[in-house]
Amino acid sequence: MMRFIEGSIAVAEAAALCRPDVVSAYPITPQTHIVEALAEMAANCTLDAEYITVESEFSALSACLGAVAAGSRAYSATTSQGLFLMFEVCFNLAGMRLPMVMTVANRAVSAPISIWNDQQDSISLRDSGWIQFYAEDNQEAADLHYLAYKVAEDHQVLLPAMVCFDGFILTHTYEPVDMPTQEQVDSYLPKFVPHEKLDAQDPISFGMLATPDYYMEFRYANDQAIQRSKEKIREAGKEFLAKFGRDYSAFVEGYRLEDAETVLVALGSLCGTVKEAIDEMRAAGKKVGLLKIRVYRPFPGVEVAAALKGAKRIAVLDKNISLGSKGAVALEVKDALYGSGIPVLDYIVGLGGRDIRKRDIARIVELTEKGEGDLFYGLREGVA
Amino acid sequence: MVVDKTLELFDCGHRACGGCGPALAARLILKAAGPNTIVASATGCLEVFSTPYPETVWKVPWIHSLFENQAAVGSGIEAALKKQGRKEKVVIIGGDGATFDIGMLCISGAFERGHDFTYICLDNEAYMNTGIQRSGATPLYAHTSTSPAGKCSTGNRRPKKDMPAILAAHGAPYVATTSLAYPNDLMQKVERAMEVKGPCYVQVHSPCATGWGFEGDQTMVIGKLAVETGIVVLFEQTDGTVTKVKKVVRKPVEEYLKVQKRFAHLFKPQKNEVEIARIQAIADANAAKYGIDIKLKKPAEKPEA
Amino acid sequence: MALSVGCTARPGKSRANKTGAWRVFKPVFRHDKCTKCGICSLVCPEGCILEQEDEFMIPDYDYCKGCGLCAAECPAEDIEMTKEEK
Repeated sequence: MMRFIEGSIAVAEAAALCRPDVVSAYPITPQTHIVEALAEMAANCTLDAEYITVESEFSALSACLGAVAAGSRAYSATTSQGLFLMFEVCFNLAGMRLPMVMTVANRAVSAPISIWNDQQDSISLRDSGWIQFYAEDNQEAADLHYLAYKVAEDHQVLLPAMVCFDGFILTHTYEPVDMPTQEQVDSYLPKFVPHEKLDAQDPISFGMLATPDYYMEFRYANDQAIQRSKEKIREAGKEFLAKFGRDYSAFVEGYRLEDAETVLVALGSLCGTVKEAIDEMRAAGKKVGLLKIRVYRPFPGVEVAAALKGAKRIAVLDKNISLGSKGAVALEVKDALYGSGIPVLDYIVGLGGRDIRKRDIARIVELTEKGEGDLFYGLREGVA
Repeated sequence: MVVDKTLELFDCGHRACGGCGPALAARLILKAAGPNTIVASATGCLEVFSTPYPETVWKVPWIHSLFENQAAVGSGIEAALKKQGRKEKVVIIGGDGATFDIGMLCISGAFERGHDFTYICLDNEAYMNTGIQRSGATPLYAHTSTSPAGKCSTGNRRPKKDMPAILAAHGAPYVATTSLAYPNDLMQKVERAMEVKGPCYVQVHSPCATGWGFEGDQTMVIGKLAVETGIVVLFEQTDGTVTKVKKVVRKPVEEYLKVQKRFAHLFKPQKNEVEIARIQAIADANAAKYGIDIKLKKPAEKPEA
Repeated sequence: MALSVGCTARPGKSRANKTGAWRVFKPVFRHDKCTKCGICSLVCPEGCILEQEDEFMIPDYDYCKGCGLCAAECPAEDIEMTKEEK
């Protein structure tokens, strides 16, 4: 049913529709509306879950870990500092191959402290073994939760997944979102069947010590698992299309790519602005296009290379910076295009909620055409 | 709840030091808990020596996540079991480092939320697995590698953190202190804790031969001395009120201190009377607070030879 | 042996680690002063002292580390730690 709702509420309702058994989350701006909405659902018995009001994000994810190990479906949500406090547990969950879904409302990281949007938080967890989805709008943000559980819990995968959507820009804006019914979600997402669980009937030890004789093989197995998730995302996406009419089977989406000479690459809500800017530039005769990356982990290098092979130049819009190096997305796009000879220019944009307008996109395209890239875009004169 | 205590749920083949206190404690705890138990363990000696892949000695379901989150993991397990309508009991085990120090955050939250579990701290009074470093449970003046005795130091500068009091203050319905030296008492208290609904705490004083500096076969002897000198008080507390205390005919603390290398610096090169007196004062304060002294009748006059 | 998913295992394999090889001293259970009190079995950190059919206790020497706790705690002083010849 089409509803005009706040992004956080769409996500909270989507999470609830996934029938989590245990919800364990700690409040942090700009995710608070999600946890509040879920608490209200639990209080009114419309959410049949154990809701644990934990004392920190560290405990939030740890409680989820315990719950999943005991055979229950778990959900959490966080951002920025909260995600970083969960850092240890994130790697632990992935290493223990315990599937769950967590929403990350992308926010800049301290220091300096900022509550506004960029993607440094989830990007910084790219090594963790979590599958990562980035939503362009609130429809995607909601939909990706059903897909994420389905993929994560598949016995060929068994990995945790995060659904990332931009803080304030998406969490706090109202958009039309088509919310499915419980029956529809139930027909898409089956009950969680753990591969192994804590059970007195069949005692198993979880989280053992791996000596140098075994550790590498376990890490290799993890990498194999996240690579296998690609096929599962395709399958789950095709099934979603058949049931709900929206296609999430691709890891990347092109916009007006066919004859584009300059292609912008971006993740998340920025893609919406870029699309509008592209329409304006196209109307003025410029051949520009966008490659939106929706699945960032596992990184779809093959698909990125295939999509960009016809371009003359690439402008990657990174809402993050690996200090001392470059933006994370640009580095991986460059790697995907290695040997193609296509120049990839990196623009660090929008950090800490710095606004990116259509005219900024146009300006970046001009810079790309001049070959001026690998810079922080839009630093304020007199401040920098 | 009748538990078959002949069951060995902690298998042979673990890599603990010979005479290891915590290994014995784990074995006794599982005897008291029975097979319908799920254990969440912290990182530490117990976890490392009991589960080097692919060998595990735990014959109950067991999970280790991180050093400091066992109480949160246990909370999640408890919530999942509740949701699934399952009857297994949750037991959370951590060493003193994991409990008194790095795990405080999660433990405090778990106790404040009132989950139904039994938290057992194997207190060997230092970070043993990493090589005997000082923790919040290390007693006053004990030598550890991060609180060593030296020319300008007499060892650990702070008294032991009162963890049972902290958790009683959280409203824990049952708090008990135990010692490896009294294995039947330990098992009884673990059984009791598991019967009481809510977050219960059992602290197990577990002498560590390697860390404290004594021969492995003296584990029980040392444990008894700790209790007999009043340094360790064995009690039960129900809803904040002490209900049972083990009374002793008290020995001077010196008898306990002088048989452990970690206190050797209090006796050589000269006897540190001031420090020993301070430790004695702690024991005296314990005695007064809990009323552990058995009042002896005055000895009868010796008959003339 | 196939790797488990996520580094898990069922119990049993620890028995392959015969910790009896660690021993320097071996506890000899004489059974002449033994009162079958069971304290030796209770205090063994390995859990390897088991009651036989005649109710006497015998350690499993495959796993006994020779720590001496049983000998130290036996109230009847029936257990003697002897240097093991290897």
